Amino acid sequence: MTEETYAIAVTVNGVVYHRSVPGRRLLSDFLRHDLELTGTHVGCEHGVCGACTVLVDGEPMRSCLMFAVSAPGHEITTVEGLGNTPEAMNPVQQAFIECHGLQCGFCTPGFLTTITAYLRDHPDPTSAEAREAISGNLCRCTGYQNIVKAVLRAAEIAREAPAAASTSGGASA
Amino acid sequence: MSTRQFGAPVQRREDPRLVTGNGRYLDDLGHTAYECAFLRSPHAHARIVDIDIADAFEVDGVVAIYLHEDLPGAVGEPLPLLIPHPALIAPRTGYCLAKDEVNHVGEAVVMVVARDRYVAEDAVARIQVEWSPLPAVVGLERAREAAHLVHEEAAGNISAHLLQSVGDVDAALASAPHRLTLDLSIERSACMPMEGKGVYARWDAQDEKLRIYSSTQTSTGVRAAVAAKLGLPLAKVECIAPDIGGGFGAKIMHPWPEEVLIPWAARLLGHDVKWTEDRREHFISSSHERGQLQQVEVGFDDEGRILALDVKFWHDNGSYTPYGIIVPIITSTQLLGPYKPRSYRVEFWSMYTNTVLVTPYRGAGRPQGCFAMERTMDAIAAQLGIDRAEVRSRNFILPQEMPYDHGLMFQDGRPLKYDSGDFPASLAKLKALVGWDDFAAYREQAAAEGRRVGLGIGCYVEGTGVGPYEGGHIQVETNGRVNVATGLTTQGQGHQTILAQIVADELGVPLDDVHVTTGDTRRMAYAVGTFASRGAVMSGNAVALAARVVRAKALRIAAEALEVSADDLDIADGIISVKGAPDTRIALSTVAVLSNPLRYAFDESAKAATQFAGTFDPDKPPIADDEEPGLEGQDFYSPTQATFANGMHAAIVETDPVTAEITILRYCVIHDCGMMVNPMIVEGQVHGGVAQGVGGALYERMFYDESGQLMNASFMDFLIPYASEVPHVETDHLETPSPLNPLGIKGAGEAGTIPVTAVIASAIEDAEGFPIRSMPINPSELWALRREHSQASATKESAP
Repeated sequence: MTEETYAIAVTVNGVVYHRSVPGRRLLSDFLRHDLELTGTHVGCEHGVCGACTVLVDGEPMRSCLMFAVSAPGHEITTVEGLGNTPEAMNPVQQAFIECHGLQCGFCTPGFLTTITAYLRDHPDPTSAEAREAISGNLCRCTGYQNIVKAVLRAAEIAREAPAAASTSGGASA
Repeated sequence: MSTRQFGAPVQRREDPRLVTGNGRYLDDLGHTAYECAFLRSPHAHARIVDIDIADAFEVDGVVAIYLHEDLPGAVGEPLPLLIPHPALIAPRTGYCLAKDEVNHVGEAVVMVVARDRYVAEDAVARIQVEWSPLPAVVGLERAREAAHLVHEEAAGNISAHLLQSVGDVDAALASAPHRLTLDLSIERSACMPMEGKGVYARWDAQDEKLRIYSSTQTSTGVRAAVAAKLGLPLAKVECIAPDIGGGFGAKIMHPWPEEVLIPWAARLLGHDVKWTEDRREHFISSSHERGQLQQVEVGFDDEGRILALDVKFWHDNGSYTPYGIIVPIITSTQLLGPYKPRSYRVEFWSMYTNTVLVTPYRGAGRPQGCFAMERTMDAIAAQLGIDRAEVRSRNFILPQEMPYDHGLMFQDGRPLKYDSGDFPASLAKLKALVGWDDFAAYREQAAAEGRRVGLGIGCYVEGTGVGPYEGGHIQVETNGRVNVATGLTTQGQGHQTILAQIVADELGVPLDDVHVTTGDTRRMAYAVGTFASRGAVMSGNAVALAARVVRAKALRIAAEALEVSADDLDIADGIISVKGAPDTRIALSTVAVLSNPLRYAFDESAKAATQFAGTFDPDKPPIADDEEPGLEGQDFYSPTQATFANGMHAAIVETDPVTAEITILRYCVIHDCGMMVNPMIVEGQVHGGVAQGVGGALYERMFYDESGQLMNASFMDFLIPYASEVPHVETDHLETPSPLNPLGIKGAGEAGTIPVTAVIASAIEDAEGFPIRSMPINPSELWALRREHSQASATKESAP
């Protein structure tokens, strides 16, 4: 028996991708294995750890809890879309480096997307607010202390130099 | 003048790649590989009667299905016993795929290879297995009762029994002015790296060569084990540890069944094959640690000095013992911490249970040992009414007593001999940091507000940097790029940064020119692995020694070119110049050109090394007898013994008088890992270690039911702390250099975790006023303890 597939067009980091996928294909697997955007990681497959968090129309969403066939019509942003080269990093990415906010780096993309969205809505958080903001993501390496610091530093960087929004063009693949 | 990199909080070289989504973890590789899923035992203990795979083959996209009977030769034989020990009287290891019986829920039984993981799991769901269940042995009490056996050949469920003693414990106990006994227990937890295990294998039929990528803490270990299992020449097997999403110990175990099966299937099928562990698989088929029952009897004098310490403990090793008895050996020796009991006897039994096997998890037996020792210290203080810090200090080994030989054998088969440390200084720093002497006032003030607070303390010593060795290879390219390779692997410790810092200083080159590779057997075939907080100690010193070899060679070549003595030369910022005459100089990159006499010029810089390029002595060969071409060299660091780091932690906790909720208000750490290569990274290691310790103290436990089902095998139910549960960690450092290695460093990786359970128990005990003997502890357990103690005291009061 061959599995039925669905032709979908999904916008990821401003690029429209046309693919054919089974209905059960998770968005996380679609991003990672069909589009080979492997920056999004999968840590638990049941929505608890937050490593797979991507932005769906700007809002943090666990891509392991969403099907790829649900993605058309939405703008998906992955860590690659925040800044895919060391020369084009967003303030959160810069702050993570400055504050030693990562060790193994596996959970990091989920934190980066979550915090990017958070700071957009809360540009000047307190330390306690920053801790609360990241308390839906698991990290096994850092003890979170430097991630909290990175949230505050990212807010500072964003205030120092209001970033030219790094949106990619409407290419198609 | 170049800045010294050693000791500077240099930002990590690996980060720009990792924060931009350019890391390459195991499952980021091999998008066209076949993928695997396993049928794993649903029973803790059962015989396999029959396996029917016919239905599974009907699934479209299935490539192959393998049972134990399909595994040829060594692949079908038991997995290796990695660390044999004379005390391990009944060792038992599993098979790649279960043969006839299973011994824990999660043991691999059938392997399915398919187009993708979805299809492979569909097929697994259609495999029919007929089981004949056997009684399951779950928990140390059942194991000790031995009403049922895990393995018939392991009488009493005992895999190992070891006794070590120093001095006459019986006599010292008999004559001690005071005696106490403590019954203690500590439950299971696990490493739980955010990335589980994974293996990806590529068989090159033309070259008859196998490449393995594994999310492992030892690529050389995996390479050797797979070559042996598959009967391949070592030269035809390479193993690479790509970016690894955390290890914490589980990935030093090897070869995992999948590390043998995936390469075997790739060669058999002539196609890339990959397996990525999912979270449930990680819970039920990787490894756990910690579970122990302990009995302590201690004899001490009026001052609280320990005259006799008699410890017995039972260690749950799970269903198999492939990693030997390293964990209980460490518990039994590192239990002593910074203290010097006049006599010591420790006896342990390592016990089989029908649960996931037990191998080292960050701390590796030390948290249990520290728990036993520190509970004992608090009990002595309570008995005598002496300050808890004071009791500890009266038992300290003093700096002038270093090196201090405990007279025991450590986990590396060598003497347990401390090399360095200043415990009184560490304690003084800790008391100042936490405000030890002001706590009584704070407690009173809190009590006046109706709040209940407690102060806890815990001290530990950690043997780090055990041998046998690690190596460093350094090559300077003709453009000045410095390639450094060491064989141990990296799971987030920042090795690419700290090793580059060390080499930049030793070689006299800019940090940006140094590029470090770890865990790739193509670049460094001789290595042991990453465990026992040994990365910086072992590979740090190895690359330093290698850099000195390369530096000496560079100076010899430069001396000849500049016609001066090598002793008169110095290297800074990649330029070799004459001391006091900086204009007489030659770039290290030019020396690299000269080091390799050429016939063919392939670029501008290479011209200088060709045969018609300059003058030469016709009586001398282009390469001197005792030289080799190329500006490169390697060396190995192999210590006579471990170096001992230490630390002391204190915490202030608040317990809710009504709900018994436990909150950590402050957490303070004094840490001595010798000279810090990069204090920013050391701090990060401490923070992360404490967070894992907090998990082990208050939240994490493996909940097995009586039949051996792991009831909380998901992140929904196994509670890893989020940011909301982890306290802000306040740190201060002491740097007592190790005299044992050229850089004076001691390991830092596991330190943060070791005393946390002991510290939190101490603080809760201080808040509540009754002993805490079992950890982890949650609010309902604390609430129950309160009721027990209030009933007991009520009974006592009402008694005549």
